[in-house]
Amino acid sequence: MKKFPGGIHPKYNKELTAEKPIIDMPLAKKVRLLLSQHLGPPCNPLVAPGDKVTIGQKIADTDAFVAAPIIASVSGEVTAVDALGIDIACDSSNSEFKGQKQDYSSPEQLRQLIRDAGIVGMGGATFPTQVKLTPPEGKSINTLIVNGAECEPFLTTDHRLMLEQGEDLIQGVLLLMEACGAKDAIIGIEANKPDAIAHLTDIVQAHSTISVASVPVRYPQGGERQLIKTLTGKEVPVGGLPLDLGFVVSNVATAVAVHQAVNLGRPLIDRVVTVSGAVAQPNNVRVRLGTPIAELIDFCGGLDPDAIKVINGGPMMGKTVADLDSPITKGTSGILAFTEREVREYEERTCISCASCVDSCPQKLLPNYLARYSKKGKLDLAEQYHLFNCIECGCCSYVCPSRIPIVKYIQTAKNRIQRRRRK
Amino acid sequence: MSDKLLTGPSPHILGGKSVSSIMWDVVIALIPVSLVSIYYYGLNALTIIVVSIVSAMLVEGLFMAIRHKGMKHALGIRDGSAAVTGLLIALIMPPTAPLWLVVIANAVAILLAKQAYGGIGNNIFNPALVARAFVFMAWPSIMTTWSNPLNFGTWFADLTSGATPLGGAEHSLLEMFLGNIGGCLGETSALAIIVGGLYLLLKGHIDWRIPVGYLGTAAVFSFLSSQFSMQDVAFNLLAGGMLFGAVFMATDMVTSPTTKKGRLIFGIGLGLITMFVRKYASAPEGVTYAILFMNALVPLIDRYTVPKTFGEVKGS
Repeated sequence: MKKFPGGIHPKYNKELTAEKPIIDMPLAKKVRLLLSQHLGPPCNPLVAPGDKVTIGQKIADTDAFVAAPIIASVSGEVTAVDALGIDIACDSSNSEFKGQKQDYSSPEQLRQLIRDAGIVGMGGATFPTQVKLTPPEGKSINTLIVNGAECEPFLTTDHRLMLEQGEDLIQGVLLLMEACGAKDAIIGIEANKPDAIAHLTDIVQAHSTISVASVPVRYPQGGERQLIKTLTGKEVPVGGLPLDLGFVVSNVATAVAVHQAVNLGRPLIDRVVTVSGAVAQPNNVRVRLGTPIAELIDFCGGLDPDAIKVINGGPMMGKTVADLDSPITKGTSGILAFTEREVREYEERTCISCASCVDSCPQKLLPNYLARYSKKGKLDLAEQYHLFNCIECGCCSYVCPSRIPIVKYIQTAKNRIQRRRRK
Repeated sequence: MSDKLLTGPSPHILGGKSVSSIMWDVVIALIPVSLVSIYYYGLNALTIIVVSIVSAMLVEGLFMAIRHKGMKHALGIRDGSAAVTGLLIALIMPPTAPLWLVVIANAVAILLAKQAYGGIGNNIFNPALVARAFVFMAWPSIMTTWSNPLNFGTWFADLTSGATPLGGAEHSLLEMFLGNIGGCLGETSALAIIVGGLYLLLKGHIDWRIPVGYLGTAAVFSFLSSQFSMQDVAFNLLAGGMLFGAVFMATDMVTSPTTKKGRLIFGIGLGLITMFVRKYASAPEGVTYAILFMNALVPLIDRYTVPKTFGEVKGS
């Protein structure tokens, strides 16, 4: 097995929820479905206030290719539609979904089913799955890589899915392979989940085209470029896609969603979220999309009194939640709370050129220079130093002894360059 | 729950390293060397070490208080960087160095070589070596007066003058390895330097490329220029300040390259210059000037050794 460069070993803290079976959260009274839950242009609402909607109904879509529609996650009445989202007051009597197996006769139709179900990459990147599965003219896909690394600390949703819905996952993998034309599939799982590895290895014995691989525990093992390097020894070209090497990478939760959409006719209306950190009862919860984060936290016993920061996603790449009324989206893999002691804010100090960031960068960049050029506004130099090859995994900021928010500076430079290009 | 949630950029968790944890680790790594210097040079070594560290921290604290207009800024010395500089300066002093000279050396290091550039992280040259170059030029006779090591248990005795191996003194390689020879306080015992170096390597504070590049190049240079004498190789590695310089001075984070390839080139350059001075120049030792010279090249080295990024097509 090859090694990707750099990487770090943060404290994983997965024991808080790794043993907790997925539980279903009761319906919220009201959900808010954002129009942009995927990477790409936002959807346009197809409903107006006062409309009755039923669970599984498409309520927003767009003609753009890189997009996935928004599906009503509950039945009820639309109470508001604004530029960012659609509010639905939940009618709890008929919000249980009943569906049936969907038929298809070609990979195109299968991909269309996946799109209609609103499925996006559920590891956090939220790239529309059907787009990823469509090989461009003249290119073909050989191998599907299923990402079960789950390298972000705290998160255990993929782990639980692999354990509890292993069969569903494999059915989803077979569908994904069929949809993109891959001949085989590898499921990469970090070695700290031996039960999941054993369970899936057991199941795939019946499928000669699927294999399970244990990959070393090192953040960001679950970055798709890093996982490809580990499993195949190949490096995705700068500015290119895994597709250029004949690979498609898909998260395990996405595969389960595809199985549900096609074999059960159940579109993407809910997802599993790890609620952990400074909350009363850390847990893995299956929750309807659009549920307010506050209600999910309350369902887990509420925040600890000294919690001061809430994160949507993992602690390395997740985003802070400013408003707890904001909803769960397709990309929400975790809701984590931290106390002041855990996320103490440090004063940024001068770089002492220790090069810890250089040594830990999995993309072999010079984060010290990228941060410096961003600060000084030397954007051309930053680009020359491969600014856009940064995956924002956060290793550099994590190891920096001067507490320089390197990722923030890199994001600033990327934004400024993109704005300049648009002009 | 607090009324207002914190927001901010990812990542939201940070590793345990800080500037001060690194600096205090360097101090820990210098403890074996310091103890050995006290073992061989007794009270002289102890007083020089104490005075040097205290004066470095005092000068830095005072300067910061004045510059930022407030006594509380003097607490900046808690980061340990001044303590490291002070200890390094002590360890590159001859055992009979007068204390006033030690204080001057520290003032030069902190004020001229560090704070004049903007303080920690901004200096181009290794402060301790700038100080050494300065006092060496100003008081050459004091800086080249050497003493014989003391015998066991005679730590309060007066030192007697003697010579160093590079100055022509005859010593077995074993004595040179253990440090039972004349020289600067911290530079004599290869064993103690290696122990400290291994600690820094283990902690991840130094990259093997610099010491290995440095010493490896020096070894090859010495082997080739001495008609293939292993004796000469061992002598050159153990004599003078090369080992101490390779482990503790050249690896100074602020003044060494940040790219991996750059660190190797930096080390090779150091080996070449040091050996060139030792073999062909009139000065007996070249470590200080080799490191200062290569310090000046660091930005250039970094500029020309930008690594191929992950996924960059090989050869493009």
